[in-house]
Amino acid sequence: MRVKTRSVALMGVCVAFAMILSYVESFIPSPVYGVKIGLPNIVTVYLLYKCGAARAGAVSVVRVILTALLFGSVMSLIYSLAGAFLSLSVMVILKKTNLFSKVGVSIAGGVSHNIAQLAVAVAITGVGAVAYYLPTLVLGGVVAGIVVGIAGATVIKRV
Amino acid sequence: MKKTVRNDIILVLILAVSALLLWLCVSLFSPKGAYAVVTVDGAETARYPLSENTEVRIESESGYNILVIKDGKADITEASCPDGLCIDFHSVSKAGETIVCLPNKTVISVVGSESEVDFAQ
Repeated sequence: MRVKTRSVALMGVCVAFAMILSYVESFIPSPVYGVKIGLPNIVTVYLLYKCGAARAGAVSVVRVILTALLFGSVMSLIYSLAGAFLSLSVMVILKKTNLFSKVGVSIAGGVSHNIAQLAVAVAITGVGAVAYYLPTLVLGGVVAGIVVGIAGATVIKRV
Repeated sequence: MKKTVRNDIILVLILAVSALLLWLCVSLFSPKGAYAVVTVDGAETARYPLSENTEVRIESESGYNILVIKDGKADITEASCPDGLCIDFHSVSKAGETIVCLPNKTVISVVGSESEVDFAQ
């Protein structure tokens, strides 16, 4: 019982922290359209390694829905959910292979997050030429993944 | 060096090289565009030649975007959407380049002169 209470409290703190990070990130100007660091993913990486895929997924979904309700729109909800779902799936699979470090897993997460969002953009606008942004988004995902991975690995080591 | 770190570096290199190849394909094989095609909600509504300087207001269900064509380049200078991401886009001039405004479901795509390809599916 105590273990469960502790776990619920930890998940709550994680959701709150991830939401604060997404709010903070909205103040950081994006260098290129669509490229973001994805600060809340630090929490996702932390949970994935500390508490397992199920909890990382649950916290991601709750965070995405609450953030969209507070600061976003239906459109941003679809976007973020697609990104969160694909990136978490890819990270879970790569973590299981044990081939990559936390930074490598996070890079794959960042890139797949951007690919999912681009796919949603193509689906919503019905314009295939949006794929023009694929190279930019892949590189952006790599850089974001490195930043998030290093931050996540540091947090895992110290908390 | 640890095996996982080596794999990380290989992963980054593969991603970087594939991004570079994609970028090369896109920029080498896309000729200079001739028309800016306006697509609202998946359907083409208008096309403007890039050779003529114009300024048009694109109306959509949820708002508007101001499209400016100047010196062979198309750019969105004003929009009703709250995030204004389409204004942040660089101006487009090459075939295949696009400006997207998701809140208004509006896309500006550049098409080449010889091709009558319509990017709307």
